Amino acid sequence: MITFMNNSDSEEEPCNERTSLMSAESPPVPSYQDGLQASEAGEAQAHRKRRTGSSRSPNNIADGDMSESGVPVRESTLENEEEELTLKYGAKHVIMLFVPVTLCMIVVVATIKSVRFYTEKNGQLIYTPFTEDTPSVGQRLLNSVLNTIIMISVIVVMTVFLVLLYKYRCYKFIHGWLILSSLMLLFLFTYIYLGEVLKTYNVAMDYPTLFLVIWNFGAVGMICIHWKGPLQLQQAYLIMISALMALVFIKYLPEWSAWVILGAISIYDLMAVLCPKGPLRMLVETAQERNEPIFPALIYSSAMMWTVGMAKPDTTARGPSQQTWDAAEDGRENHRSPSHADSRMSETRSPVPTRPISSFEELEEEERGVKLGLGDFIFYSVLVGKAAATASGDWNTTLACFVAILIGLCLTLLLLAVFKKALPALPISITFGLVFYFSTDNLVRPFMDTLASHQLYI
Amino acid sequence: PALGLFLFTIARDPLRIIILIAGAFFWLVSLLLSSLIWFIAVKASDPRDEPLQKGLLIFGVMFSVLLQEAFRFLYYKLLRKAIEGLVALSEDGCSPISIQQMAYVAGVGFGLMSGAFSMINLLADALGPGTVGIHGDSQLYFLTSAFMTMVLIFLHTFWGILFFHGCEHRRWWEIMVVVVMHLAVSGLTFCNPLYVGSLVPSYVLMAIAAAWAYLLSGGSAQNLRRFLLCK
Repeated sequence: MITFMNNSDSEEEPCNERTSLMSAESPPVPSYQDGLQASEAGEAQAHRKRRTGSSRSPNNIADGDMSESGVPVRESTLENEEEELTLKYGAKHVIMLFVPVTLCMIVVVATIKSVRFYTEKNGQLIYTPFTEDTPSVGQRLLNSVLNTIIMISVIVVMTVFLVLLYKYRCYKFIHGWLILSSLMLLFLFTYIYLGEVLKTYNVAMDYPTLFLVIWNFGAVGMICIHWKGPLQLQQAYLIMISALMALVFIKYLPEWSAWVILGAISIYDLMAVLCPKGPLRMLVETAQERNEPIFPALIYSSAMMWTVGMAKPDTTARGPSQQTWDAAEDGRENHRSPSHADSRMSETRSPVPTRPISSFEELEEEERGVKLGLGDFIFYSVLVGKAAATASGDWNTTLACFVAILIGLCLTLLLLAVFKKALPALPISITFGLVFYFSTDNLVRPFMDTLASHQLYI
Repeated sequence: PALGLFLFTIARDPLRIIILIAGAFFWLVSLLLSSLIWFIAVKASDPRDEPLQKGLLIFGVMFSVLLQEAFRFLYYKLLRKAIEGLVALSEDGCSPISIQQMAYVAGVGFGLMSGAFSMINLLADALGPGTVGIHGDSQLYFLTSAFMTMVLIFLHTFWGILFFHGCEHRRWWEIMVVVVMHLAVSGLTFCNPLYVGSLVPSYVLMAIAAAWAYLLSGGSAQNLRRFLLCK
């Protein structure tokens, strides 16, 4: 699922958010998000927030453009048109996804390059108990593999736990969990981050100011993510949360473990989303059966949805419009991110009567846009951040990984358009990223260095 | 300037951005393969033999140029297929983006990536302390690198247009000229501490390529005059 939700820190509770996000989304999209969420215990909370964020970006952009497509005009060939539209506007959606992913990566890389704190080794998370300071290569490899196994099993347990909670309708618990994790993310991590940045630039700040700033930031963030707020602000918050989470991961995961974990997560994602018994899939199916929004707090239903709803109090009109758009949206949503499907939207969308589409529906249609799970954001940023932090070829490697991830995202979206069902967003991008990282670091770097020293150009 | 090109002409249309990134990706892959070859050659040879290393480097550069052009061709093929798909999907039967635009964007993609790879470590080092050319190397290192990179980016853009045009109209000689020009420019950089030898001809070649691409894209001296006089 393209929408990985955040794999929050292991420090936090398992990422139930991920799984929860999945279900929240339209059923077609499950898989990514759940897998991701489960793994990260702590992050789950963070993720939840994130997930909702990812969906927002596409919606905003889609809003304006979609209405012009004139899709609503043709009722009879709605399905066909929707398909065409999906593919045709695929480019727009892809860009809508590119921008937040790029922003997140830029934030992470900028922080890694400037703030020393995130590249120092100050211990490891309890989820990766085996150290990598061993003298022999074999031992190190073994330790990293063990770390990965532990991490992945934590994620799986979290996901399954989330699915069970959802199945047995323990909504309050999940809500509480999400709120708690987002609280922690917004306040604690921001505090640490701000402290480190200020230390790096030698800027003094007194505690009252700091308290005020963080309090405002956190409070607005909570409101934006869990309740209502302008779409762009929500997206910005989701990006920041993803970046913070990715930074924590980069700092606390030992090197080899990080790479192995990245690889393992993409495999897990692939399995969780595509296997019929996968937890993410079950989550989505359950959500679809019940036709209910999963977690309002988690769902990154674009704020558009809200504003549209508020602008047009005629809920009955919305219902059918939502349904009509269901077909279109499903196509679109599947592509994007299973993570943040608007639960509301998905719910209303379940029945798909072919009705005339009013302009209002068009508006809603646009909102759906593309959704990407926050976990995906996090892992992409972890990959690029690790490349920036540890590669000796510095910017070349980072740039190569960045391009590789974007191309992977493109390909995944293309596949989404072709297959029209939820697909994991991680595997292709992470594979490309890993391949490019290792090859650029080891092969391209000596070549380019030699060329540069002689000032040759190819 | 390349960034300006990007902002003004490409950033508006999402399809172009995708084509740009894909172009950069193709260049990257070609670079990867060529450095793989070079790496293997270096490892298999004697590292202490200076002339041999230089020779291998030259061989690596030439090979890389050839690979880049080969990947440009592959990218052209891919874009052709994509255009057919887009035409099929569009509502009014014509593609939202023409092959010339794609050629331009692909060229910019290649150019940006190659420029970025050439320049970015340099820029990062330039931020730090140090003196240019302290060991007897040229003091104009940064400046000439910047100019060379710029000319290379522009050249890639023009080569993209020429190359695609040659492929479209099946004029193989056009393609050959592009390849030869690329080899020539890279070869010119070999005489590099002698900057006159490499920069000036490169700029001349760029001017030639620019004029040619302009003519191919339908421009003419008349258009140019009208544009400059703001008619």
